[in-house]
Amino acid sequence: MAIDRETVLRVARLARLELRPDEVDRLTGELDAILYAVSKVGELDLAGVPPTSHPLDLVNVWADDEPRHSLALDETFANARAREGDLFRVPPSHGPEVSA
Amino acid sequence: MIDTLRLTAEGARRLIERREVSSAELHAAYVAAAGQRDGELHAYLRLVDHDGGAGVPIALKDVISTKGVETTAGSRILEGYVPVFDATVAARCKAAGLPLIGKTNTDEFAMGSSTENSAYGCSRNPWDPTRVPGGSGGGTAAAIAGGLAPWGLGSDTGGSIKQPSALCGNVGLRPTYGTVSRYGIVAFASSLDQIGPVGKTVRDVALLYSLISGPDANDSTTVELPEPVELPSNERLDGLRIGIPTQIWDLQGIEPGVRASFEAAVETARSLGAEVGDCDLPLSFDYGMPCYYLIAPAEASSNLARYDGVRYGPRVEAPTYREMVEKTRDAGFGDEPKRRIMLGTYALSAGYYDAYYGQAQRVRTLLIREHRDALERFDVIATPTSPTVAFPIGDKASDPLAMYACDVMTIPSCLAGLPGLNVPSGLSDGLPVGLQLIGRQFGENTLFRAGHALEQALGFDGVPERLR
Repeated sequence: MAIDRETVLRVARLARLELRPDEVDRLTGELDAILYAVSKVGELDLAGVPPTSHPLDLVNVWADDEPRHSLALDETFANARAREGDLFRVPPSHGPEVSA
Repeated sequence: MIDTLRLTAEGARRLIERREVSSAELHAAYVAAAGQRDGELHAYLRLVDHDGGAGVPIALKDVISTKGVETTAGSRILEGYVPVFDATVAARCKAAGLPLIGKTNTDEFAMGSSTENSAYGCSRNPWDPTRVPGGSGGGTAAAIAGGLAPWGLGSDTGGSIKQPSALCGNVGLRPTYGTVSRYGIVAFASSLDQIGPVGKTVRDVALLYSLISGPDANDSTTVELPEPVELPSNERLDGLRIGIPTQIWDLQGIEPGVRASFEAAVETARSLGAEVGDCDLPLSFDYGMPCYYLIAPAEASSNLARYDGVRYGPRVEAPTYREMVEKTRDAGFGDEPKRRIMLGTYALSAGYYDAYYGQAQRVRTLLIREHRDALERFDVIATPTSPTVAFPIGDKASDPLAMYACDVMTIPSCLAGLPGLNVPSGLSDGLPVGLQLIGRQFGENTLFRAGHALEQALGFDGVPERLR
């Protein structure tokens, strides 16, 4: 499998993490070792075994369709770093050096 | 004078009922004890004033949202976050009159087995402050063992209630998946996370479980308990069938002192009338860890995507939204959450999903079947909780795989959604050893009966020797 720097950088981008160069080096080695250990699940022949997403026998849980109070706007914004009116303020999604 | 080291929650409740002491006086006694010992133990991230409740005070792990009280989950990325609502379990504690003493330390996002991953410094074991209290719920465990709280709530994903309870000499219950609401809990891995009680006795833990369990309209994974919680009072275990997985005898890394304490506890169970036999969980011991370390990080990578510097937490400013998010997350997350986010993102990424996450989900099905088969023949499965006693601070901090191995015996039943109870079984070299009892789905009452009888017979003194 061998995780290389390029893979770490690609995954970091998917995970929205800007890793420092020393973190990239360390994670390359650590992820390689951990993935080697967990790839043991590949040893088993699991043809016909259904996957489990959670351990309860629950399907389609519905709430009663009754109106309830939700958080007031001031509470919703109470922990936000930047607010503008009734919106969360963030930097523009397209700056001068945009890449996909 | 209130002896916070020895007073049980049940005992405290009796004192309040007889009006010998008030809730506020009890609260003050625990805060005073924290003033005396928490400089060393660092069990609490913050203490709070008495809130007017009339009951027995409680400590809550810092992954549990508390309205108006900072909740960080041990992470810088939630520094300064003050919830505007209570988690359901916090609200139920309040409704029962249990005043909050404080929020307890945890590995960041409950990821770890020692509290060394907390962004706010590790907690220390009251039995030996050079050693870890276990994790992730090491703060709650250290608070209870150190006499800084009579009881508390933790969260358990792969062993974060059971393992610190073992290392600190407490009783801790990881309840059946679905019996306790997670509304308002800082999520780690949602198909595994459970909230549960920690205390000095099985009866205290059963009492607290009865207060927090049951359906919650705000958490659609909660279910009705099939039978009410019973406080155990039995002294015998006649007719109880206990299965011991044969795999534990070949398991690498179980310390001889842990093994000896476990064998003595099993012998005690036999003398109380229990029938003890061998059971078989081969896949659980071979594939439980790999399965868990795919499923939990995959779910974590998804749950932790919400920390983006927009709705809560600190933000690192940058010219574009994407850079702001990436810089905020790099600065806010510590090493272990980053490791798990990376691992989980990789395991879920195109081209790898089937080989890793999909395969792990199928292994999980087999582990559930294996436990179900074993629990058809036995009422309870018993193993040591942790392969080792509390280890020195720094021992495993730089080796993720060594740290992950702490949970080799707690993880399989978590994947199966089954309840597990840690009961102290004795000491090894002056440090607590824990016995893990695994029950059937919704089998908490059986665990309480088994744990209570063993607790009475074993007579473990939960007060650390150096504090007696």
